[in-house]
Amino acid sequence: MNAATLFGLCGAALVGIGLYGLITNPEPLRKILAFNLLGGGVFLLFGVIARRAAVAGLGGDPVPQAMVITAIVVAFAATAMAIALVQRLGDETGRASISSDSSGTGDGEEKS
Amino acid sequence: MPAATALEATTADGALLVLAIILPVIGILLSFVLGGRYAERIAGILLPAGLGVACIVFLKAWHSEKSLSYIVGNWQPPLGITLCADGLSVAMMVAMAIVICLIGVFAHANFGSRAVSVETRAPMVFWVMLMAISGAMNMIFISGDLFTLYVALELLTFAAVPLVCLDGRAETLQAALRYLLFALLGSILYLIGTALLYGSYGTLDIVLMSQRVHLEPATLAAATLMTVGLFAKTALFPLHLWLPPAHAGAPAAASAVLSAVVVKGSFFLIVRLWFDVMPGLLSVAGAQLVGALGASAIICGNVVALRQRRLKLLIAYSTVAQIGYLFLIFPLAADPLHLQYGDALTGGMLQAISHATAKAAMFMAAGLVYASLGHDEISELGGIARALPMTMFAFGLGGVCLIGLPPTGGFLAKWLLLEATVATAQWWWAIVIIAGGLLTSAYVFIVLSRAMGAPSEPLTLHAAVPKYQEVAALGLALLSVLLGLVALGPIDVLQVGRPEAPMAWLR
Repeated sequence: MNAATLFGLCGAALVGIGLYGLITNPEPLRKILAFNLLGGGVFLLFGVIARRAAVAGLGGDPVPQAMVITAIVVAFAATAMAIALVQRLGDETGRASISSDSSGTGDGEEKS
Repeated sequence: MPAATALEATTADGALLVLAIILPVIGILLSFVLGGRYAERIAGILLPAGLGVACIVFLKAWHSEKSLSYIVGNWQPPLGITLCADGLSVAMMVAMAIVICLIGVFAHANFGSRAVSVETRAPMVFWVMLMAISGAMNMIFISGDLFTLYVALELLTFAAVPLVCLDGRAETLQAALRYLLFALLGSILYLIGTALLYGSYGTLDIVLMSQRVHLEPATLAAATLMTVGLFAKTALFPLHLWLPPAHAGAPAAASAVLSAVVVKGSFFLIVRLWFDVMPGLLSVAGAQLVGALGASAIICGNVVALRQRRLKLLIAYSTVAQIGYLFLIFPLAADPLHLQYGDALTGGMLQAISHATAKAAMFMAAGLVYASLGHDEISELGGIARALPMTMFAFGLGGVCLIGLPPTGGFLAKWLLLEATVATAQWWWAIVIIAGGLLTSAYVFIVLSRAMGAPSEPLTLHAAVPKYQEVAALGLALLSVLLGLVALGPIDVLQVGRPEAPMAWLR
């Protein structure tokens, strides 16, 4: 097993764990952390692709590296925005939850 | 890496495409430099200017029957980035620019900042985000590579989420957070797909990729991940749970933008993916599955809409249902046994555009009803049609368009879809389309009959509604009705830049 495969499998595992956490965790903060884990896996995947697609003589393909920087910035901005929303929600209601039992405008009626 | 084929070059008016993206960006930067009080004035200049640019691009593409393209910095793909406006893009660009401009007119009453001397948060955020949405939508329509599309998609999400929680109430914050989490899941899945596709083909340019793409496990995995991610962003059933609270809780002008414009962005990306990046790779089973999701969205969305007690929630669930129609184009247009390609795709695009105009008009009407009654309980609407005749007329016209009565754009769209069901011998989708129309008419008529009924007690209006807001709603509703007339002319613009028959069929 060469390094690229190992890192590729690591990336896949991170994506899997992150996806599981994002779907199953009810807490918004944990969901955001899971999203970052998932993002980390994807960034690793980009790194593996950069490494694997490298032409002879170059350390790596620069295009995926450029993309991963952009993607990291985007993920950072997304995390900041989500955290701000969670914090504001906590200030307003005293607890930060996205389950609909407190307001129940949409889903409550759908399930009834 | 193979050298780029000299297929693409900047066309004569390609620079207009750059203008379509940077005009809103200039507006956003200016708003921050000059301060929030000027945001509305800046938007008031730049959004119509954007509409002008979109119209010029549309006319150029229509008359020359060629797509416009622009190579950024003259760097050829696969390394460079192209902007390309084909028929689908120019039609969507013009339609969305018109809708955004009219929403801007409507929003002047709620987010007007000319009179006040101090900077307030909500108007500043609204106008900046409206310009951001306009820029991000243009970017989605004309980007020629998958990663730029990812960035555009994220810009659209980041612009749309703050609109949900403009008034800062707890339940809208909750809706915004849930929307953001769904959208983040969607975009990260899209990003994984982009990585896999780049790993397989060494390019992200749509034209180059469509020449290299072939059926293999990595491509299938990438396509599935991207499509599911975009489903979450488009709120296709069963990933629609975020949409009704988010769209119903926002202020009326913001709801109109979100429902009419924003969901079309990710839908457009799905169309790009399956019709341009990977033409012909959608298997029959996959197409039927997507169609089945669309059909469930139509039935469930409409049935749940019927049970709603609040007008804005009803309209939001109706959006869930109308989104379903958009996905019927996949089984209807991608049937590999027949080379039927144009009709269903045209119908789907027309459905997207007519839904945008009609739904924006309906949300505006609901907002005006809310403003004058102080609530939007459907059972208490009695007498409102007498108090706000123009508003309820706009609501009715929008509803007629959603039902699909002639000569509205909705009629033409559903007619093209029905025709495609007959041409491709898939009668089961025809049943769904017709049943959806019936259910839609049921809830539109419930609302209209309540509104025209006598009030239980004498009606007291909380606030007078400015005339121009009613005119903006009516203008959009009339547009959705007149859209049916595009069959007489500009509808063939949608075919500009389409391949006659996709090459991948032949493999």
